[in-house]
Parts: sequence; C-alpha cells; structure tokens
Amino acid sequence: MIAKLTSTQIAWRAAQDIEDGAYVNLGIGFPEMVARFQPAGRQAIFHTENGILNFGEAPKKGEEDWDLINAGKKAVTLNPGAAFFHHADSFAMVRGGHLDVAILGAYEVAETGDLANWSTGPKGVPAVGGAMDLVHGAKRVAVITDHVTKEGCPKLVKNCSLPLTGVRCVTRIYTSLAVIDIVALRFVLREKLPSMSFDELQSLTGAELLVDGEIGLLTVPEL
Amino acid sequence: MDKTIASLAEAVAIVENGMTVMIGGFGGAGAPIELIHELIDRFRATGAPHDLIVVNNNAGNGRIGIAAMIDSGMVAKMVCSFPRSSDPRAFTERYLAGNIGLELVPQGTLAERIRAAGAGIPAFYTPTSYGTDLAAGKPVAEFEGRHYVQERWLKADVALIKAELADRQGNLTFSKAARNFSPLMAMAAGRTVVQARKIVEPGMIDPEMVVTPGIFVDAVVEVAAPAQEEELIRQGVAR
Repeated sequence: MIAKLTSTQIAWRAAQDIEDGAYVNLGIGFPEMVARFQPAGRQAIFHTENGILNFGEAPKKGEEDWDLINAGKKAVTLNPGAAFFHHADSFAMVRGGHLDVAILGAYEVAETGDLANWSTGPKGVPAVGGAMDLVHGAKRVAVITDHVTKEGCPKLVKNCSLPLTGVRCVTRIYTSLAVIDIVALRFVLREKLPSMSFDELQSLTGAELLVDGEIGLLTVPEL
Repeated sequence: MDKTIASLAEAVAIVENGMTVMIGGFGGAGAPIELIHELIDRFRATGAPHDLIVVNNNAGNGRIGIAAMIDSGMVAKMVCSFPRSSDPRAFTERYLAGNIGLELVPQGTLAERIRAAGAGIPAFYTPTSYGTDLAAGKPVAEFEGRHYVQERWLKADVALIKAELADRQGNLTFSKAARNFSPLMAMAAGRTVVQARKIVEPGMIDPEMVVTPGIFVDAVVEVAAPAQEEELIRQGVAR
C-alpha cells in the first residue's frame, strides 16, 4: 500500500495556488472542498453556474433559502459584494475568459490536456451540466483527482478512452501522489510525494512524465 | 394595458398538444410549481395537452413539478443539460424504458441557444463541446486558431416562469438565484406566462430594478405563497 493524499489534502494543495481576488469556479462534488482551504489573507470570489458571484459557506440547518443554491443544488449564503445574474451572463463569464481558475474532477486526463469527466459510457442516463462549458474560457483549468482508479489503473493517460468533455483544455493536475502540469501536450512533473520514487510514480502514470528542473516535494498538513 | 389574468387555469389554457414549453428554474429555484401543477391537472381532467417537448436545465426531482409532468405521461421529450437529481426516478424509468426522448445540451449552450432565439440570432459558434460526442454532426469552424461548434437557436411556443414581483405591464424582478434561465426563456417563447409572488401597479417597480422588461411577457398571474420544490420533496409530496 502506497501512502497517498486524501481527497481533503488534494483539495488543500489545489487551494494554495488560488490567488487573492481570483474569480473561481469549483465543479460540483469533490472540487467544492477547495473553498475550505483558502490560505490566510487571500479571498477568492466563487462563481456558480446558476447565477451567483461571491457566494459563501452553507447556511445553518433550518436556515436554508432554496432560492439561494449553488450548481450542486446545495443551499449557500452570500458574501458582501455578491451579485446575481441570469444564465446567459453566467456562461458569458465562463466562455468569455473572465474566470481565472476552474477546478474540476476527472475520470481521465490525457497528456494532451484532453479531459473526460462527464460520461462513463453509453449506459444509463447521460448528463453533462456545465462541464463542457467550464473547460473553455477559464485562464487555468485544473483537475483534482486520485492518481489511479479504484482498480489501480492510471487516470493520467496517453489518450482518454471515455467520452471527452473537452480537447486540450487542462493545464494542471493535482493528484493523490503528484502535481503535474501539461506543457506542449506532455505531462511535466512539478511535485511528488517525498516517500515515492520517480519510477514508482511513472509506473502508476499512463504516459511519460517529463522533468523540467527540480521536482518539488508535495507536502501537505494532516488535516 | 393590463397583462394580469385571474386564474392559473386561464394561464395554462394556451398550451396545446405537441408544443415546446420552456419552464424556468434550476433545481427548485425559480420552478413555477403552481403553473406546472395546473397544467398537469388540466391534462388529467381533459387528456390535453400531451406530447409536449419540455425545456429546462433538469428533468425533474421527486414526484412533483416537472417530474410529475413526466410521471403523468404528458411529456414526449426533455431538452436539458442535467437529467439527474436527488430523486430522478420519473425521468430515469421512462428514459430507460424508451418512453421519453432526450436532447442533452451543455448548460451554457442551452442558455445561449435560448438567448439567441430571443435575440433573433439563428445560429452561433461556441467552443463548448468541440471534439466531443455532443458536437457530432454539427458544423465546425476555425476562428483565430481555435475550433468552434455551430449551435442553433432554441425557440418555444410557451414559456412558464416564476417571478418575484410583476407589474401589470409585465415588468419582472426575480428572487436571488431563482432568476437563472427565466429572463432568457421569456425572450425565446411565442407566449410567456408568469406566476409572480406579487403583482403591483406600473411604476411600483423601480425601472432600474427591472430584470425582464414587460415586452417579453404576455400574461401574469399572482401566486402569493408559491411552493418551493425542495420543501415539497422533504415533505414527501407527490402530485
């Protein structure tokens, strides 16, 4: 069994790269956790597809206002400076390149930056939501994910086998083992767990990891 | 000019068999539950309207609202981005049995297609879905070195939406994130029918605060204490 980061720790690591005042969209589910780990002194402004900028934490139980929800249909609150807008304006913010960062989950990411995160195949009811819009337009499109699937197969691959969400869209991947950038259609290793050798990491990755300068240590608090 | 009408029954009487009906709301926020339930009641009592094409971000939740429309058998097809919810049985069962159609549209493309219809723009290019299964069969063009997919406007015969305030001329405000698709749908439909929590005299809404101008609205009915989808689901209500 290899030591690896928990989901919470991956979210923490991703949060460290969000700058003060950045406009950020977090995908529903796991990526929402990133909001909890903003470094002290920085305040990002969070966008939700259904028409709110600068929403805050969940309200106390019993104090929900169901006209005030996020894209995951969860009740939220507002921060000072919040704004409401309709769906066309909301996606103008997305596609128009106005968001600084989008952080999304993934089934697979290819070394070219292709992302598959909306469909596991033709079975069941297909649902896409805003995923295909979000991968276009944000200045940085980052993915947070386990490094491998539950079965131990690489999620970082040469080519995605699942239906694509977008082509050449991901710029950085935070995994349970490493931080990897996509540069010129290749994986470039930036940080790895100190306990893991490069060869071990490469064996769990479905495409070649390039190294450009020193490999940083991926160290995160216990949380 | 007075666009107010007295009853929900009169409000939904314009919906005919086979029409495309846009329904505002994202999840429960902005869902015009009373208009939807009145339409279901009419279908149950008279057998019409049926074979509706319904446009909404989702495909219903629980046993109320759009889910209840689907349950009743009056919906032939959903046009939506995310036909899943905490309780998606109504759509899922019919879809897997082959008894309801689905046009799956990325959320931002859905919004823009509706906006384009309202603005008289028959087609536009978007980066969304390029290189994916959802772009299959659509024209692609390159602009400044990037690829874009051509999408067409999405029109409707009727829009059913929920507003916070309406004046008698149809100017509307919305409550928080209940706004979502409603201002776009009001523009894109041949006739837009609104349920508002309160109807006021013209001039009572500050023109600076109007979100949807009355030109996009045809009829307004007051529903003073509208039900909220999440509350109905928590109470286990089935229509």
